[in-house]
Amino acid sequence: MSATDRTDLPEGQVDEDRRDFIHLLAGGTAAAAGLGVVVPLVDQMNPAADVRALATKEVNISALEPGQAIKAIWQGKPVFLRRLTEEEKVAEAAVPVSALKDKQAQNPNDPGEATVDHRVEQQDFIIVLGVCTHLGCVPLGTSEGENKGDYGGWFCPCHGSHYDAFGRIRKGPAPTNLLIPPLEFVSETTVRLG
Amino acid sequence: MSHESTYDPKTGFEKFIDRRMPIIRLGYDSFVDFPSPKNLNYWWTFGGILAICLMVQIVTGVILAMHYTAHVDHAFASVEHIMRDVNYGWLMRYAHANGASMFFIAVYLHMARGLYYGSYKEPREILWMIGVAIFLLMMGTAFMGYVLPWGQMSYWGATVITSLASAVPVLGEPIKTLLWGGFSVDNPTLNRFFALHYLLPFLIAGLVILHIWALHVPGNNNPSGIEPQSKKDTLPFHPYYTVKDGFAIIVFLILFAAFLFFMPNALGHADNYIPANPLVTPAHIVPEWYFLPFYAMLRAITFDIGIPFTEIVLIEAKLGGVIAMLSSILILFVLPWLDSSKVKSMRYRPVARLWVFLFFLDVLFLGWLGAMPAEQPYVALSQIGTAYYFAYFLVILPILSVTETPKNLPRSISEAVLADKKKAPAAEAGAIGGAQPAPAE
Repeated sequence: MSATDRTDLPEGQVDEDRRDFIHLLAGGTAAAAGLGVVVPLVDQMNPAADVRALATKEVNISALEPGQAIKAIWQGKPVFLRRLTEEEKVAEAAVPVSALKDKQAQNPNDPGEATVDHRVEQQDFIIVLGVCTHLGCVPLGTSEGENKGDYGGWFCPCHGSHYDAFGRIRKGPAPTNLLIPPLEFVSETTVRLG
Repeated sequence: MSHESTYDPKTGFEKFIDRRMPIIRLGYDSFVDFPSPKNLNYWWTFGGILAICLMVQIVTGVILAMHYTAHVDHAFASVEHIMRDVNYGWLMRYAHANGASMFFIAVYLHMARGLYYGSYKEPREILWMIGVAIFLLMMGTAFMGYVLPWGQMSYWGATVITSLASAVPVLGEPIKTLLWGGFSVDNPTLNRFFALHYLLPFLIAGLVILHIWALHVPGNNNPSGIEPQSKKDTLPFHPYYTVKDGFAIIVFLILFAAFLFFMPNALGHADNYIPANPLVTPAHIVPEWYFLPFYAMLRAITFDIGIPFTEIVLIEAKLGGVIAMLSSILILFVLPWLDSSKVKSMRYRPVARLWVFLFFLDVLFLGWLGAMPAEQPYVALSQIGTAYYFAYFLVILPILSVTETPKNLPRSISEAVLADKKKAPAAEAGAIGGAQPAPAE
């Protein structure tokens, strides 16, 4: 007879403490096993290895003249690359940060306030995800002749968000400025996204 | 079910079955000798109509799945293959696409019936809540089904709706990536939507069984809102209501056939015949008509909600819109407790009756606004419509539950029916003679 056996209980009576412990242990083990099953069942929905492998892309911007813009596709999403004109730079730099709906630059490469310094790349270029931060439509304004919105940048036709030439949200339901993707200039004329 | 079984197995075969698995008894007690209030009107036929709708969708859907390819490169072409090459493929697809619209027409009328006659009230709360759950599943199924043809509206509708998840604070972006299986709506998204679109209707069918079970315990509500008190107040389901339901189903199928054979694309959107293009958003993204009132409420919240006179934002406009849209449906779950008036039928609630009609108009109004572009004056009107939608549940019904004096209720269904009978000839005489008929009570 081991030390843990209780002999003081009358015949037919159950040691409740011990039984509770066994129930807790069994329940806890089952819960842990259940969690272990749920993790792969849910995580299989996340991006697969082949999707993750297509994460970077290089874009040549040497042909862009001031006032022009192009679209590239990166991670299945459009990216807008726009070369600003002098007038646009001056006009947008004059807008005080306090007048902005979203004061953050939304630039992972250079975090800070949404000013010229933190939004513009290589003095001239605005490079943003072409995904409206409201519900993910592609804003208009990149191609020639499209509606650029009330602030001369981009206009989202879905729910009416207006962005300025720096891609900052100025009017409408979108909560933040157009996001700047992680990027790096590998040369004067080539930018690597991702 | 709740009533005494009157099934009497006669043949040896029936007796054999009844002792082992009394499924014939279950069918007999549920659909033959099920006592139903004798005054049910045509608003009570939509349950049967909805059962037919679900069957049509499952049968045509399983057939379409045999010819469809869930891949971004082939989905659009495979739908065109169904339309042009598969024998009767056009019929299957048009029946399935228009069948979804018919399903929603019927479910909205079914829900309106419940709202007007107080079918959500004690003792039918669980019945009502199962119904709301079915409605939610229907919306999910319809949304994912619309993505499968992989047209422009499919793609952009999927992008807009899945992006709603990103409004969730902190976890929003990871949830969105999890839903997509990538960094945008793409092949993994299409595949999982197809799998779920095939699965959900069977979950709906399961909930429908629970819905009918929860119906057959308290029995049907009825236009008077008074529970049957004796056998005099009820009729057996068969033949009285099998025939009435059958007639309504035929009329409904005529409407269905009118769309199916004469204007199969009237309820769809032309942009969905353009293959999906991730670089071009259609100028005007609109969901299918049955989502429009909810879409209007989503877009109505264009302002941040914060602490007044400070810069602190508690709920951003985007999250606010998502909350408004979700709660517009979830609020139905608690409706039985928001409206605590003991009188079920609006026939006997002179004040609430006006507000509920205004509510029905409001939903139609929001539906119209949902199809309009996101600009003034539509945004402001949507905000008014949204405010009334919630006020009806959160302010008007709770207050009227306390303040309203209902009309005198008839003592029984039989008395209510006799009062209607007396009123009808009197009303005719009144119309001729110009005199107002006296109130029936």
